[in-house]
Amino acid sequence: MATSPDDQKYKLFTRRAGLISGGMLILTSGLIGRMYFLQVVGQDQYKLLADKNRISLRLLAPERGKILDRNGHGLAINRTDYRVNIIPEQTDNVEETLEALNKILPVSERQKRRILRAAGRQRAFLPVIVAENLDWETFSRVNINIPDLPGIQPDMGITRYYPEKDLLAHIVGYVSSVNEREIGEDPLLELPGFKIGKNGMERILDQRLRGKAGNSRVEVNVMGRVIRELSRNDSVSGDTLNLTIDRGIQKFTADRVRDESAAVVVMDVHSGEILALTSTPAFDPNDFNLGISQKKYDVLLNDARKPLINKTVQGEYPPGSTFKMIVALAALEAGVIDSQEKIFCNSKYEIGNTTKYCWKRQGHGHVSMVEAIAGSCDVYFYEVAGRVGIDKIHEMAERFGLGKKFDIDIPGEKKGLNPSKGWKMATRGVRWQGGDTANVGIGQGDVLVTPLQLCVMTARLVNGGKAVTPKILFDDVDVADISPEVIPYSRRNMEIILKGMDAVINDPIGVAFAQRMRKKGMSFGGKTGSAQVRRITQSERDDRVRKNEEKPWIERDHALFVGYGPLENPRYAVSVIVEHGGGGAKKAAPIAKDVLEFMFAKDEV
Amino acid sequence: MAMRLQGRRRSKSLFQKLSELNLLIIAVVVMIAIIGFALLYSVAGGAVDPWAKKQVIRFVIGMVGMVVIALIDIRVWMFLAYPFYFISLMLLVVVSVMGQTGMGATRWINLGFMNLQPSELMKIALVMALARYYHCLAKEETGQYTRLIMPVFLIGAPVALVLMQPDLGTALLIIIGGISILYCGGVRLWIFVVGFIAMIPAAFSAWNYMKPYQQNRVLTFLNPERDPLGAGYHSIQAKIAVGSGGIYGKGFIQGSQSQLNFLPEKHTDFIFTVLAEEFGLMGGLGLLGLYIILMAYALIVSMSVRSQFGRLLSLGIAVTFFLYMFINMAMNLGMVPVVGVPLPLVSYGGSAMLTLLVGIGFVLCVAIHRDTTISRGGAFA
Repeated sequence: MATSPDDQKYKLFTRRAGLISGGMLILTSGLIGRMYFLQVVGQDQYKLLADKNRISLRLLAPERGKILDRNGHGLAINRTDYRVNIIPEQTDNVEETLEALNKILPVSERQKRRILRAAGRQRAFLPVIVAENLDWETFSRVNINIPDLPGIQPDMGITRYYPEKDLLAHIVGYVSSVNEREIGEDPLLELPGFKIGKNGMERILDQRLRGKAGNSRVEVNVMGRVIRELSRNDSVSGDTLNLTIDRGIQKFTADRVRDESAAVVVMDVHSGEILALTSTPAFDPNDFNLGISQKKYDVLLNDARKPLINKTVQGEYPPGSTFKMIVALAALEAGVIDSQEKIFCNSKYEIGNTTKYCWKRQGHGHVSMVEAIAGSCDVYFYEVAGRVGIDKIHEMAERFGLGKKFDIDIPGEKKGLNPSKGWKMATRGVRWQGGDTANVGIGQGDVLVTPLQLCVMTARLVNGGKAVTPKILFDDVDVADISPEVIPYSRRNMEIILKGMDAVINDPIGVAFAQRMRKKGMSFGGKTGSAQVRRITQSERDDRVRKNEEKPWIERDHALFVGYGPLENPRYAVSVIVEHGGGGAKKAAPIAKDVLEFMFAKDEV
Repeated sequence: MAMRLQGRRRSKSLFQKLSELNLLIIAVVVMIAIIGFALLYSVAGGAVDPWAKKQVIRFVIGMVGMVVIALIDIRVWMFLAYPFYFISLMLLVVVSVMGQTGMGATRWINLGFMNLQPSELMKIALVMALARYYHCLAKEETGQYTRLIMPVFLIGAPVALVLMQPDLGTALLIIIGGISILYCGGVRLWIFVVGFIAMIPAAFSAWNYMKPYQQNRVLTFLNPERDPLGAGYHSIQAKIAVGSGGIYGKGFIQGSQSQLNFLPEKHTDFIFTVLAEEFGLMGGLGLLGLYIILMAYALIVSMSVRSQFGRLLSLGIAVTFFLYMFINMAMNLGMVPVVGVPLPLVSYGGSAMLTLLVGIGFVLCVAIHRDTTISRGGAFA
């Protein structure tokens, strides 16, 4: 067939169409190559990126450990907080839903505006809090009406709660929001709303109470909405702490000194378990938990009675006459005096070129050691202290737990001051004087103690010389020192001291004879103390020493008392300090008596 | 005259034509469409609403249209080529004047039951008009410069209108599709070289003419990290979806990128990423294979029919189809800038599906009438 023009046209077409087909083939190969590159070569990298897109790790907050008293009463617990949220995307009209809710749960205009504003601002699937801290009844009513309340979501959160309010504020402390400085390695601290211990045991034992965070790997979409949970590691709750404190005794003591600025410590003399550790006034930790207002905080801060201070371990006071047992025992042990030896007290004692006075203006006359303790004769102890010397007194005080910390699990513990020659030289650069020893002899001058130390001292005096250490926590870990070290002193000397402490209360010559227990089968002993807050000047002495009642509150003596009971086989030691309370016999002894009576009565049941 | 008579004698009955429909090709079309339905079902989180159901309905209507087109005598289509082109051009003018605005570009005419995109119709109409034009030229005439005026106008008018909308992707598709017909119709090669050089200043002025979002797309394509949360986001997320699919994919309705909405426009222009993520390289190659069968068929048909009209028509449709497929997939794979071109027969949307089914209908029509000879004078001249 001849080549017609049409044939030529067709041939040209076929050639060029073939070229186009070839071009298509090359381009298609390019697509395949690219697919291979992305899906085979790059698949691991892109799978990682896709997972990074979709997987989000959420922390699960652990439940904070509870703090319980020795009988299992909750002191710091986690309370379910009932609240109602609204999820804007689940309702056609947020305002209408709130109107409907208003019939069950009042929603004020202001709240409504806040909710609408929040709903407009954040992503529609995130809940907006409508109301918090609802009571169970209201919460139930909302739940029942849920079908008519589109978008409303009842929710339960957990908040720390201190049911005893101010009763154990200083011991338990409180939790509060994490501040920026505290954010450290534990990612839990960055969780919104997470709280950590800021005071008391909550702070000291925060790590144990906090528990371990769990986590949940969730799949999220491009908006961050959780689609489903992929895996989950549950959190581990914090440890429950069992205190040695008895809530009943704590309550009784706190009520007994409610209006005072006082500290009371009650301890089992054999185990060292602290049964009550009261410091008044206190504060309500629940206020701090939720964030206290500056105004309220200022009131606490400026109160002269210092409610924020835990006086039992942070308060350092001159022990006054409660220190005399230490001086007496040191003298007996050193053999510088016989207990029967009588020393004459005419209320004045010359040392060097100064004159020291006895609290009793007419003097005690000739007193033996037991009489001197019972009558709290200062002249006797100026003399005895001078004989035995500061170093022996220092040593004895140390054996009884003065001048050092016990490191119980409460923050801010102070160590007091157990002075010595070396200490004075080192800190003041002045030599120790005879007058210094005389002052320490009556528990004044440089010596300082905490109420806890006084209680431990008393326990060690009356428990047969066991060097018990105070304990506030029943701890599974260390099964405490079952047999504490025994303080080396003679049994006979100890009995003389105890006889003196017995006589303070139960002998007519005792300064606190009026406080003896009259109930059948109940008895206690102890020692009063009155610590001068302010030196009595010579002009005052020449004129007339003012009675405590005549002085302004802040200048009055601290009233102290250390006691134990029963007399036979003592079980409990008590120390009481009433700041600016006046005389120990009048103010502090009755408190100790009432507390011990309460405990005896409790034991009888 | 004798050839014409011969042609008439050979015209087939309706039954004959039906029996000559290429069932393999129809099956391939249905398979591609089913892949589309499945993906639309998947991106809806496993639901026929809002996309899959509508798409099925449109597809069924389109299939009927396709078969009807295939059965009608090819000379009728050649006769209607210019009127069809004219109507399409008028519709394009209408959208420029009173069209509705969607996605920042004026592209639709609301017909009540569907939104018609005249630029889609134009792709077919232009192929038909150019095929007819070159069918009627003698071999020597194709080389004459004066014979270039008409084709340049035929291509230039719709391109100008489409650019005004502005729809860069469609304009490119129309230009390349048109040029391929000119090329196969017999235009001299050096004309294309001159034309290409002349395009360079035109491209510069086009750059200035582009809207900022279009300029952005081109720039972002050149460097996707330029704006990882803005315009580059689509490109990056699409690549992550495709790449993370691996060889075998994550499973049906299991694609995290698509199910969790990290993918943009996943039911329309980026639907290929869903396929690649959920069915992996195997799924992508499978679809690509089906496309290749379709295009190869159209190309083979174009090389084996008697009429130049049929050849150019079939070739033009093959090229158009290829351009859809290539640009869309290359865009999904991050090889070219993001332009609004759907994945043929798979992406959700009525106009493109209609256009492509009509196009395949013409290919089938050409195949059925492969022995029909048409004089240069025209269909029924």
